[in-house]
Amino acid sequence: MAQPSLTLSGESLSYEGEQVLAPVTLSIPPGEHVALVGRSGAGKSSLLKLLYQQAPEHIALCPQSYGLVGNLSVYQNVYMGQLNRHNPLYNLCNLVRPWRRHKAAVQQLCDTLGLDEKINSPVDTLSGGQQQRTAIARALYQQAGIFLGDEPVSAVDPLQAKLLIELIQHQHASSVIALHNRQLALTCFDRIVGLQHGKVVFDLPSSSLTAEQLDQLYVA
Amino acid sequence: MWHKAAQLHPMARLTLLILMAALVLLPWADLNLYQVEPGAELGRMMQGLVSPSLSEIDTLTHASLITVAFALIGVGIAALLGMPLALLFHFRVIRGLCAFIRAIHELFWALIFMQVFGLSAITGLLAITLPYACTFAKVYAEILEGIDNQTPLPSGTDKISRWCYSTIPAAWSALVAYTRYRFECALRSSAILGFIGLPTLGFHLDTAFAQGVYDQAATILLLFFALIATLRFWLKPALVPVYLVVCLWALPETPPVYGSYFWQFFTQDIWPKALLLGDWIGALNWYANQLVSVAMPAVGQTLVLTQLSLAATCLLTVALAWLGSRQFGNPISQTLGHGILLALRSTPEMILAFVFLLLFGPSMLPAILALALHNSGLISYLGSRITDHVKLRQDAPKGIDRYSYEILPRIYPQLMTFLLYRWEVIMRESAILGILGITTLGFYIDSAFEDIRFDRAALLIVISALLNVLVDSLARRLRRRAGLRELRMG
Repeated sequence: MAQPSLTLSGESLSYEGEQVLAPVTLSIPPGEHVALVGRSGAGKSSLLKLLYQQAPEHIALCPQSYGLVGNLSVYQNVYMGQLNRHNPLYNLCNLVRPWRRHKAAVQQLCDTLGLDEKINSPVDTLSGGQQQRTAIARALYQQAGIFLGDEPVSAVDPLQAKLLIELIQHQHASSVIALHNRQLALTCFDRIVGLQHGKVVFDLPSSSLTAEQLDQLYVA
Repeated sequence: MWHKAAQLHPMARLTLLILMAALVLLPWADLNLYQVEPGAELGRMMQGLVSPSLSEIDTLTHASLITVAFALIGVGIAALLGMPLALLFHFRVIRGLCAFIRAIHELFWALIFMQVFGLSAITGLLAITLPYACTFAKVYAEILEGIDNQTPLPSGTDKISRWCYSTIPAAWSALVAYTRYRFECALRSSAILGFIGLPTLGFHLDTAFAQGVYDQAATILLLFFALIATLRFWLKPALVPVYLVVCLWALPETPPVYGSYFWQFFTQDIWPKALLLGDWIGALNWYANQLVSVAMPAVGQTLVLTQLSLAATCLLTVALAWLGSRQFGNPISQTLGHGILLALRSTPEMILAFVFLLLFGPSMLPAILALALHNSGLISYLGSRITDHVKLRQDAPKGIDRYSYEILPRIYPQLMTFLLYRWEVIMRESAILGILGITTLGFYIDSAFEDIRFDRAALLIVISALLNVLVDSLARRLRRRAGLRELRMG
């Protein structure tokens, strides 16, 4: 599948008549990993929403509220990443009895993410960190070219967060991830987009930024 | 295998339990198709349905008025009785009595009172008032118990003043809303009373179907749907007194009743002769004999019908619960879905069963179909209202995938809660459908009344009530074990 670049040229987003994101011009070519940084409500989720609309079929999405189905097992939630690849009948059968080859593939993924013992547990019996890893597993299982994540590692410890980000970037040609951990943004990403009050205030290579500059975003 | 079953999700386990129970009972169910050509009869019915006849609209308008009158006056009195009972509901005696009276179907009450009061207004009113008053007592008590933000009153205020000045005003809107909902149920009950001869819409429907005058039957059904669908436009609190006056005027006459006969019915007629003569051994013999030869097969068939209908309702609900939801299709298909669910839930099981009996002949199949369609229509309607509020992620799948992976797993616990609440209702209806000729409790009760064997009828009615109380407590236990929330649903 040819990899498109994600491009926004002056799109904006309004919610109930109020502009939540000012017009943005942005391009993310294949191969680039971008961090979105800013306070809660600065417009990170809105920007991700706009980006998703540009090429939904190439994107693995990892929304902030995890978007998992609590009563289904970890396996079923991860399998959902590939629902669109099979016909509904195939999917229905899987719901009754998991297909062996998918089960094996998901098991492998869960092993990597430290969820190996939880694969048959309903998601709502999991801890916040485990749920977050399940959401990431679902996105990984989609095997798309681009990963869009809204604070996908907020509930895990810093060391694990770094490993997860590296795994995500390794599996996807490009990625855009919103996060609060400034150190992680500086060390793991090629480029950082800073947001404040629904506007993009900078869009620079991470090598040209310092932690102090990022901290500025969090000052009122 | 047991190890594996222990790993199953509680919802999956509950579903399997319901389906397995039905499977085990399947060999005892008569599911044959007796009518040779259901297609031809269905064709004639459809033809009638699309060409409703207005030839007897005067009679039918009057029947509609009587239907409303029974429901309105019956619910009115029931509410007036229910409130004081609710205030006394903490007494075990009141709770038990209410549970018992409530467990006996309106039609059985009507059959009882018919022996004393004949086909009169008082029979219809009592049949609705008694069980409804006991349901009101229970639900009003639950509502009043749930009120926590009460107006502070001077300490030492007596209990009755406290209720009148604080608790009841705070609960008023909830009480009115529930009473309103029960009025809709009472309209259905009232229509159904026609099936045993009272002059409500059901009586004319019964006649029209029995004679194959389907255009007439269509008019009656449409009138009935119109009554229920327009309820929120005409049932205004301010107009209720006016309606009550009109309804009182519209009620059929009640012939004079002799108090002595009333007394004789309840002290002598419903007890076996041996018992009245003081012959204890003889009475015991009689009861044992009735239990083995009549009650056991009747209870057996009632249970078989109940469990098969419960399982069928479960499956059909899973198949229908997407209808009318805003998460699927377009506005046109959603309106259509709503219409289908409305028709299913407002058509009483009795009427559906009656139609299916004409089509498929007198086996258990029509009853199962009727119970499953009516109940899954109701549960799906409640489910679709929850579905509308489910927030989906931006990349959520569409169509069947959306339903099976995103929606159904989320709403399934609620669907199961509703289903378990309907279990008791399905049981009561399974018993009553016997009146149409299916060999459940209702069949034996109806025949006992016809043969003037009131002792046998009374015994069977008590058994049907106990069966209901049993299922109710079993359902509550299952809900608790599966971790389901308690809801208020009458």
